[in-house]
Amino acid sequence: MESGTEARTEGATAITDAKKRYRAGVLKYRQMGYWEPDYVPKATDTVCLFRITPQQGVDPVEAAAAVAGESSTATWTVVWTDRLTACDTYRAKAFKVEPVPNAPGQFFAWVAYDLVLFEEGSIANMTASLIGNVFSFKPLKAARLEDIQIPPAYVKTFKGPPTGLIVERERLDKFGRPLLGATTKPKLGLSGRNYGRVIYEGLKGGLDFMKDDENINSQPFMHWRDRFLYVMDAVNKASAATGEVKGSYLNVTAGTMEDMYERAEFAKDLGSVIVMIDLVVGWSAIQSMSNWARRNDMILHMHRAGHGTYTRQKSHGVSFRVIAKWLRLAGVDHLHAGTAVGKLEGDPLTVQGYYNVCRDGFTRQDLPRGIFFDQDWCDIKKVMPVASGGIHAGQMHQLLDLFGDDVCLQFGGGTIGHPGGIQAGAVANRVALEAMVKARNEGLDIATQGPEILRKAARFCSPLQQALDTWGDITFNYTPTDASDYVPTPAVAH
Amino acid sequence: MMTNPTGRITQGQFSFLPELTDAEISLQIDYGLKKGYAWSVEYTDDPHPRNTYWEMFGMPMFDLRDAAGVLMELNNCRKTFPQHYIRLMAFDSARGIESIAMSFIVNRPASEPGFSLERQEGNGRTQRYTIRSYAADRPEGERGNGKA
Repeated sequence: MESGTEARTEGATAITDAKKRYRAGVLKYRQMGYWEPDYVPKATDTVCLFRITPQQGVDPVEAAAAVAGESSTATWTVVWTDRLTACDTYRAKAFKVEPVPNAPGQFFAWVAYDLVLFEEGSIANMTASLIGNVFSFKPLKAARLEDIQIPPAYVKTFKGPPTGLIVERERLDKFGRPLLGATTKPKLGLSGRNYGRVIYEGLKGGLDFMKDDENINSQPFMHWRDRFLYVMDAVNKASAATGEVKGSYLNVTAGTMEDMYERAEFAKDLGSVIVMIDLVVGWSAIQSMSNWARRNDMILHMHRAGHGTYTRQKSHGVSFRVIAKWLRLAGVDHLHAGTAVGKLEGDPLTVQGYYNVCRDGFTRQDLPRGIFFDQDWCDIKKVMPVASGGIHAGQMHQLLDLFGDDVCLQFGGGTIGHPGGIQAGAVANRVALEAMVKARNEGLDIATQGPEILRKAARFCSPLQQALDTWGDITFNYTPTDASDYVPTPAVAH
Repeated sequence: MMTNPTGRITQGQFSFLPELTDAEISLQIDYGLKKGYAWSVEYTDDPHPRNTYWEMFGMPMFDLRDAAGVLMELNNCRKTFPQHYIRLMAFDSARGIESIAMSFIVNRPASEPGFSLERQEGNGRTQRYTIRSYAADRPEGERGNGKA
């Protein structure tokens, strides 16, 4: 790759003479000490990679220095009160700038942050710096936090997932295959009694989990207590009918923490193994619910409602891989991380990158998957990624091939919309899943032989045949908006 | 007879598929061995979903690297407990996993009576649920068609 933009021009480097540096007035950010091309990040530094689009005429190095400044100590003018502090150590340091391949006007900027800058165990504090003011800064047309490397010293200030995918499997007694779920549909309008019917049919038919949708809280058509009572009746009935541990993610998202705690306590009293919250509740609420889940042996499901507003566009926002890293530290057990083949945004390699962030013990730099940094997870527990949104049994080989066993596959419409009914839909998905896992273990190449494996399984399972007849040709092959800058990848072909 | 779509207990990786033949079981064992897992055989006459600890039919076979050997152990177990549930389990001792990596049922009783769901009514429409194995109504050692 081309070497970085050199800082050559007048006033390009930090002013070291203190008298000149702190004279009242306005200096360039790089003159103030936010650009240090020779800086080598310490093992305790957090390193961020920003994609920046400077305004016309703004030098990329100055823009990178401004990002470092505005996300750490800087204000727009020189302040003498800096001199009351060890300000050199508090300044974030931009240390590398490179043009983004094949993206005129965009630059990657690497910025290092000292460990002292972030309160231990607080994603809220870290995000207030890293994605605070800086994203509205006028000299930048756009900015995106692409990736982050969090040092072990900071990772260890978080407790991480309350349960983790290994212990989740032990509690559920489910091993060696993806978990299978479905989101109850329609999302809105069902009464508690009707809602529980969908739960019972899906679980008895063979699913491990059913799920509240993100916007089911406590509306006039179904108050939360009513939902919880009927759902847990369905869960227990289905468990007795199958001999398996079953669950249904009870969404405890509410207007206040007090309400969320009340709902979570009720879910626990009724014997639920899992509760869920939406990403829109915010970082502090997520960490509080994580603590609650840890105290109460509860699996905590995270629905990433709202993330698309800031993760999807490549030029501006925060990459989902960064959100996934923060959520693993904040402590969730399940996280929606994309399907690659379904109805929602997701380039296959990029999505695999999110999955790796959730599940790795140590994540290696992997540019085709959008992973810019090594990340040591310091034995923090693993998050179970969830694939949900417009997927069906006919894609089982692609899903298993892309994501492996440690994933929860959720077929909402693909279960409930089955022509033979909800139980038949569940059977179709479970048979497709088990047949595909078995075939893969036997050494077959499921990526190419998948459709044939499904057809063969459908010979002894008419619900699967019906599912393939109904949805076999449904694909969502649109070009992803967020693919790696290093290898262009097409959407998964059917 | 259980009323779920399979008519039987659906624990494990392959309960929705036709019964695996010994040749198919061997392929699964091979897959686990290639991954470095250790196989073990467990059996029970009480398949309650929360009955975690089935009886061990010997120790996990940490040093056995041959599918035929594992299958032999399984068949010994089947001979001894023909009317019990028997499962094959593979353990993965890799750091950060250190748990079961595969588990599937390879023997079942001729009839699977399943479970009853008992309800105890509480305040505010709440209910306490208890799942009972019909098979566990009889004393240990007298379940499974009186054999074993």
